[in-house]
Amino acid sequence: MWIDLAITLVKIFFILAVTVGFFAPILTWVERKQSAIMQDRIGANRADIMGFTALGLFHIMADGLKMFTKEDFIPQGANRLLHTLSPIIALIPAILTFAVVPFGGKYTMWGQEVNLVISDLDVGLLFVFAIASIATYGYVVAGWSSNNNWSLLGSMRTASQMISYEVAMGLTIVGVLMVYGSMQLTVIGAAQEDFWRWGFFMQPLGFLMFFAASIAENKRVPFDAPEAESELVAGYFTEYSGLKFGMFFMAEFIEMVTIGAIVTILFFGAWHIPFLSTATLISMFDFLGDSFANLIVMLIHVGVFFGKVTFFIFVQMIIRWTLPRFRYDQIMKLGWKILLPLSLANIVVTGIVILALN
Amino acid sequence: MELLIFYPLALIVVVLAFLVVFNKSPIGSAVSLIGMMLGLAGVFVLLQAHFLAILQVIVYAGAIMVLFMFVIMLLNLKGDDKVWKVRERNVWLSSFTGVLMLGVLYKFIDITGGAEFNSPASVPENFGTAERVGTSLFTDFVLPFEVASILLLAAMVGAVVLAKSKVD
Repeated sequence: MWIDLAITLVKIFFILAVTVGFFAPILTWVERKQSAIMQDRIGANRADIMGFTALGLFHIMADGLKMFTKEDFIPQGANRLLHTLSPIIALIPAILTFAVVPFGGKYTMWGQEVNLVISDLDVGLLFVFAIASIATYGYVVAGWSSNNNWSLLGSMRTASQMISYEVAMGLTIVGVLMVYGSMQLTVIGAAQEDFWRWGFFMQPLGFLMFFAASIAENKRVPFDAPEAESELVAGYFTEYSGLKFGMFFMAEFIEMVTIGAIVTILFFGAWHIPFLSTATLISMFDFLGDSFANLIVMLIHVGVFFGKVTFFIFVQMIIRWTLPRFRYDQIMKLGWKILLPLSLANIVVTGIVILALN
Repeated sequence: MELLIFYPLALIVVVLAFLVVFNKSPIGSAVSLIGMMLGLAGVFVLLQAHFLAILQVIVYAGAIMVLFMFVIMLLNLKGDDKVWKVRERNVWLSSFTGVLMLGVLYKFIDITGGAEFNSPASVPENFGTAERVGTSLFTDFVLPFEVASILLLAAMVGAVVLAKSKVD
């Protein structure tokens, strides 16, 4: 029992270290640097220590320092309790979703089976959606409690956008659930060992729609009407400063990691390497003994998984710096008139194909 | 062990339920209601009904309450308007209805589950899992299920027609 507890604690620590400790800060730098490259600028090179800029990596520390030392401002007439609570409501769900995200398969080492997921829930995929829908309140309440019209408009846009795209997003993954016959993320991941059984080949349309809807759920360009700088100052977080603003910022980047992870698990073979099954991989390292072979394969799989996740984060960033912002009515039209009917059609076609193949 | 989680959870749910009624601001009420629903989802998890718990969060706490919030913000209710004040003469009537409802609920649970205050009814095998909910929905309750979906469709069409006639 103590060993299980220790393993779980290590997994929790690992996930927190990767998401909050590594991805969230490094992505702020990646986004600056990548946008600079795409726009032919030099970018992010001002912060230096004794003349060293380290490609602008010190900006991460400078940001952190700035956020910690800035005045925490609560506007007049704002609801103090809700104003303070909402960044927390936005950030916590973003981290919580990783409780059910598997970052590797099952490995047996020294008589101990290690399942690389913190909680192997049988309704894992729905858990992600449920938790993500809670985060909506962080943004909605933030705008309302600020006592500012820009913020209020921002959070109303958030609310309507979230409702619209949650429906489409929920329906697009039904196809995946039908193909793999499970809502358990570890089962869906394990079912994609064969390259041609990857979700992308089973549900190409499903992947495109899911990716679009999830970017809309994360409110990033081109779906960033809730925080449109040119119209609403900064939308729902206009009245936030210091670390509270930082929490919204961090939530957005962690959600990018979540999207990358879910897309990888559902559509791109999770932790599997194309044309290289786990059994072959283990037999390649057999000369080290069974336990060590398992350990090395586990490390490779974790590396492959986060490599894929990084790739999809990069794709999201390229989209962000390529497309202009959609108008509000275009966003609504895309959600209700294109994604919703298409995802329903996708379910029907998937059902017919599955019936025909059986 | 289970009771150790159940009692704090139940306390939170009840306190938040009272806050829904007594909160001055509409958004405060809505936030309390969301918290209460999350607490209820926790009670479902205690009963090993993970699927029901998740549905509770997705449908009620996630979707429906966002709509509530949206409407409250659209009307910009602040809590100082007359519309929002509880009317005096309704307090007694409401309390009375609430007590009656509680009695009905208790009797209902008593008849269906045979439960007493101190001995909770036994939980059936794989209660609240996705399979169980799906099978009972599409075998025993298929007629009510279809009737409900037609009712929802009718309501949706009705809402669209009403809204459209206003716009045109």
